Amino acid sequence: MKLARVGFAITVVSFVLLAGVYVRAFAFTPIEAAQGPAQKIFYIHMPAAVWTEIAVILLGIAGIFFLFLKDKRLDRFAEASAEVGTALGAVVLGTGPIWGKTVWGTWWAWEPRLTLFLLLFLLLVGYLILRGAVTDDVLRPRYAAVLGICCMIVVPFVHLSVYMFRGLHPDPVVIKPSRPSLPPEMLLTLGLSFAVFTLLYIGFVAQRVALARLREESGHA
Amino acid sequence: MSDLWRDAWTLARKDLLIEYRSRTAFLSAAVFTVLVLLVFVFGRDPTAVAAVDLAPSALWVTFTFAAMLALNRAFQLELENQAFDGLLLSPASRWSLFLGKLVGNLVFVGSIEALGLPLFVLFFNVSLGTSLFPLIGVLALATVGFVAVGTLFSAMAIRTRFAELMLPVLLLPFVLPPLMWAAQATTALLAARPLSEIRGSLYFLAAYDIVFVTVSILLFPFLVEE
Repeated sequence: MKLARVGFAITVVSFVLLAGVYVRAFAFTPIEAAQGPAQKIFYIHMPAAVWTEIAVILLGIAGIFFLFLKDKRLDRFAEASAEVGTALGAVVLGTGPIWGKTVWGTWWAWEPRLTLFLLLFLLLVGYLILRGAVTDDVLRPRYAAVLGICCMIVVPFVHLSVYMFRGLHPDPVVIKPSRPSLPPEMLLTLGLSFAVFTLLYIGFVAQRVALARLREESGHA
Repeated sequence: MSDLWRDAWTLARKDLLIEYRSRTAFLSAAVFTVLVLLVFVFGRDPTAVAAVDLAPSALWVTFTFAAMLALNRAFQLELENQAFDGLLLSPASRWSLFLGKLVGNLVFVGSIEALGLPLFVLFFNVSLGTSLFPLIGVLALATVGFVAVGTLFSAMAIRTRFAELMLPVLLLPFVLPPLMWAAQATTALLAARPLSEIRGSLYFLAAYDIVFVTVSILLFPFLVEE
């Protein structure tokens, strides 16, 4: 029960901080010259996208350790991470078109990065569907771990393909071989937003893990 | 090592022999391939879309779905009379069980493709010329990776609810990247572009194959341990 309460507290704090980040984004961060105010959505879009990917990677790592240690906690964490990743992925797929409509003039473009993010999202959805479809309590964590590992391994391929195609999506402005090309004020806002999303992820996962434990204890796993 | 391959071959041979004697799965997959190709031919307005524009998508969609049928069958076969428990009790290692299923599936899917490719050339009126062998290479590379992941997932899917639906839902996101590369390479080949243009796609397909065949072999024992 304690974990749920801590998770809830972290989540509340991070929502307040997220509001703070947006005050900073609107009032104290310059407007991007080419994209205008629409660029402000980037401060949600990008951290959520990064955390979706990290969630998939953590899912795989938890899977590897689960297969060897058979620790139930790892499975609960993997389940939580996948669910939170899916929610954050939905945020990315929701905010992307809003931005795209203003800047590209279209809600959705069959553009590699979009397509591949959609793919990442579908991987997570597939993972959750598999969890729901295995009735055996012994098999479920094991199958989920195997699928989670595969999901993690396919991510680099998804990334490599992105660089094979030239698309509409803006090129990376922060994590790239050369120095970040984002102006320092924007970079700071982005950094703060990323920190808030980190907290948000932790808060959500803690609550979800607590829920999984409760379900197991009550026999409704 | 030799034991591994001998056991794998025994299992693959058993599966293929069952298939050879009944021919139900092969015939239905073959007819399915023809039908999907026909859907593509009739689903296109010949005055608006040239056959060659649609050809790469038609080829890959057809083969993906046909392979999906084959993959579902591989472990379904073992569900009857708890045959799979028998396999697990046999002295064959888990790795050879996986390799056997993989080889069986590859032969099955390969035969479907060998049948589908000439039909595809006929229906879509594509002139392959010198790109025939590179296209076969692309097909082979894409099929190996796809079937490896598919074999691993079908071992899970058969023991879930909605087994037939589960495999495509799990597998398609995994095969979309290689399908993308394969379809691009096919487009380039059908347009008679130089081979150097598809080199990138071939590298990707090969890397995908190596990684996913290895991963599937390593992970399979965890799926079947009791």
